[in-house]
Amino acid sequence: MNWIKNFVRPKFESVFRGKDDTEENLWINCTECGEMIFHRDMDDLGKVCPGCDHHMRLSTKERFELLFDSSYDLVDSPEVPVDPLKFKDQKRYIDRLKDARNKTGMRDAVSIGVGDISGVETVVVVQDFAFMGGSLGMAAGEAVIRGGETALEKNCPFIVVAAAGGARMQEGIMSLMQMPRTTVIIQELRDRGLPYIVILTDPTTGGVTASYGMLGDVHIAEPGALIGFAGPRVIQDTINEKLPEGFQRAEYLLEHGMVDMVVHRHKLAETLGRLLRLLIDPQSSQAKQAVPAGE
Amino acid sequence: MQVYLEFEKPIAEMEGKIAELRAISKDDPEVNILNEVTRLEEKVATQLEKTYKSLNPWQKTLVARHPSRPHFVDYIDHLVDDFTPLSGDRLYSDDQAIIAGLGRWQGRRVAIMGHEKGANTQARLKHNFGMARPEGYRKAIRVMELAERFNIPLVTLVDTSGAYPGIGAEERGQSEAIARCTEKCLQIGVPFVSVIVGEGGSGGALALATANRILMLEHSIYSVASPEACASILWRSREKAKEAAEALKVTAESLSDLGVIDRILKEPVGGAHRERNLVIDQVGDAVIEELDSLSHLSADELRRDRRQKFLDMGRQGIT
Repeated sequence: MNWIKNFVRPKFESVFRGKDDTEENLWINCTECGEMIFHRDMDDLGKVCPGCDHHMRLSTKERFELLFDSSYDLVDSPEVPVDPLKFKDQKRYIDRLKDARNKTGMRDAVSIGVGDISGVETVVVVQDFAFMGGSLGMAAGEAVIRGGETALEKNCPFIVVAAAGGARMQEGIMSLMQMPRTTVIIQELRDRGLPYIVILTDPTTGGVTASYGMLGDVHIAEPGALIGFAGPRVIQDTINEKLPEGFQRAEYLLEHGMVDMVVHRHKLAETLGRLLRLLIDPQSSQAKQAVPAGE
Repeated sequence: MQVYLEFEKPIAEMEGKIAELRAISKDDPEVNILNEVTRLEEKVATQLEKTYKSLNPWQKTLVARHPSRPHFVDYIDHLVDDFTPLSGDRLYSDDQAIIAGLGRWQGRRVAIMGHEKGANTQARLKHNFGMARPEGYRKAIRVMELAERFNIPLVTLVDTSGAYPGIGAEERGQSEAIARCTEKCLQIGVPFVSVIVGEGGSGGALALATANRILMLEHSIYSVASPEACASILWRSREKAKEAAEALKVTAESLSDLGVIDRILKEPVGGAHRERNLVIDQVGDAVIEELDSLSHLSADELRRDRRQKFLDMGRQGIT
């Protein structure tokens, strides 16, 4: 990729083009530095700003495509009771759910994919912040469990790409119960000696971090991702003092020993592949299936 | 001194009057107050019964937080002999928001732990209002491991508005500590009974409540977030806590319907704070019953029972 294409043209053209230009939406502004990026370049870059290296949020599809070597299969998530509490705030939860489904084309926040990463068959579960803030409700919890079960069936590694504001408030206690429920499946993977890797993306907070998000064999964070238990606003309100610079960011967690590494998105698939091959015992049957012949 | 909740105003007035009459008769024994006092006392009893029979979720939240409600230390004082507290997480410090130790629960050897909110200002500060930091959960993990090693049944008493949201807590891995503690709950091969005696606030409560049997006092609450926090997120105003409490279905009755808790323990008319020892004894007996019902299970069966219990949650019985 040449730097003129990435840098100069957007800024240059933005000066000469009117605001109503039909191609305007082909340009995407970096949410951090405002840099304009051509949409096709954006996809090639994995939505990492070429100007400031800011990692923007990926859709589920983009995430699967980033991690898997090539093709992958989607696994259906189980049906769950809808709106267990008949919850209503200013709006009915069932209507919020409908809106989110229409907006995203997804049933809920978590999707399951199976494919190869560096030739190792792996189950990847992706939590999508675009669907009601990625929040962990019954559907999401059940999808994480099904993902884990799929890994158990296939005797292969399990990866969760976490992103969520936390629990799905509108499902009340049933949302909270997804914390122990998902923990059960992680324990079963552990009992079987299957690797479980967590990728913490922006943002991962609340009940997700306080359950499967912090129980990985290896924790990888994306640069700059907000990761924590309580949200910064809640902490600010409680202690009434300014939060330190970089507080709850991926690099801060690395420094405080909560994640193993902060990995640039362009290096993520490669890092995962290397890790999976190091974690899998070549003597076990699972490795025969996982590591291609000739190695 | 009796603390009255906002919805107990009529009761407060009548009991105030009774106290006044008693004071008068003390000064002047000639005045006959007996009839009036009896009449008022009957009225108080009726009013209490009426009020407490139909508490709404927000009122229950207030009862669950009542400053005179029995706390962890009260249960220990009344029910546990030879209580031997164990301190520290062996990593950083001792967090007094969670108390853990060994003792004899009505004579039975147990490991016991729970949140302590504190009954006066000094105690509240010492125990950080029952809001634990990572060290509290790591101490709990350590004592759970110890319980397993020596085959001692585990009892937890849950009473917290939630884990503490602070800089230090985040720095030292609040979420990791809670996740590990919940995981440890699911792992241990000893009978494990949990009672929600006051507030069951979010992950901070869950980390001690992932048990084989979960009991709940009638006016306790258990919720994914405090009504105030939920109101501020979904209604954008803490003032809507009453509505949030309603919508979140925080009461023992709702949670029993949802299959999240196993058993509701009745409270005396007027709430646990009016007859503390009665409630404490009742919790004491119920815990023994539940421990007995688990005693025939092997370590593996106990583990499996717990894992299956949570996996099944929400899969049946909810429409």
